[in-house]
Amino acid sequence: MDKHHITPRVTYYKVFGALIVLTIVTVVASLPQFDVGHLNTFIAMLIATAKASLVVWWFMHQNHEGHLNRLIFVSGFVFLLIFFGLTAADLFTRTDFYDLNYGSQKE
Amino acid sequence: MTTVNTDSNGTAYASHFESAEHEYKTSKEGVWLFLATEILMFGGLFVAYAIFKNLYPDIFLEGSRSLNKWLGGFNTVVLLTSSLTMALSINYLQSGDRRKAQINLWLTLLCACCFMVVKYFEYQHKIHVGTLPNNFFNAELLTEGIPKNVAMFYGLYFVMTGLHGLHVLVGMGLIYWLILRNKRGDFTPYKYTAVEGVGLYWHLVDLIWIYLFPLMYLVT
Repeated sequence: MDKHHITPRVTYYKVFGALIVLTIVTVVASLPQFDVGHLNTFIAMLIATAKASLVVWWFMHQNHEGHLNRLIFVSGFVFLLIFFGLTAADLFTRTDFYDLNYGSQKE
Repeated sequence: MTTVNTDSNGTAYASHFESAEHEYKTSKEGVWLFLATEILMFGGLFVAYAIFKNLYPDIFLEGSRSLNKWLGGFNTVVLLTSSLTMALSINYLQSGDRRKAQINLWLTLLCACCFMVVKYFEYQHKIHVGTLPNNFFNAELLTEGIPKNVAMFYGLYFVMTGLHGLHVLVGMGLIYWLILRNKRGDFTPYKYTAVEGVGLYWHLVDLIWIYLFPLMYLVT
């Protein structure tokens, strides 16, 4: 095959460093001093997505990939979003008129 | 039986492809398609997690507190390191340094083993304490105010980390296969498709853990 663009090893080390830092941030953000209530999970997911983006872009060589492979990977998440979206649309629009174990069980 | 063509670099490729580069691109595309299916598979479990965490937040708070976040954090670092060594091994193969590539493949395998060992101890502790999924749950609920159905968290915990662990084991097998092939001299700077493919799979395993770690260990 053709000669492919080789990512310099230093770049890999830098990405690794960033990933470790973000891991520390994730753990620190979960400490009680930084409790923001309902936002906690959202912020954790935001940091996780940042880490995931680094892995996908640099380690999985998406920076060199063509449009099709990028589309294929993103499509996985698009369908996942639909999965979450339609499920949430059902669950969180339930009222006690239709019950079906509406809301949280406070037993 | 595949007929084999050879290109100007001496690389063999199956004759139904236009060139070795075409074969390489196609193989990668296939792996990306597979990864998309893996995202949906684990995604289903994440949706289940999201539904039940929204309905019963206490259960997840309590369950998460029983997990050791330092062990989880250590495992996260271990997997991130294994991703680094995997990427490095491909880099060394591209540069023609088969020996350093081999070392990094072994390091990746070592990190994977380390991850599974930690998981083993975590699972063993849970079995010992009795915090098992659903109707196998027989832990002494020592503190007041623990929700009755906390076993549901452990159901999700064991299935999600268990399925992930299975993927780690399969990955270990694949990496060992690469080690054997590299020893045999199968990989050149012009042909390392299998390493790239297994690498993509391995990075996905790391990706999934990146999301599992905060959701399981760091619920507050």
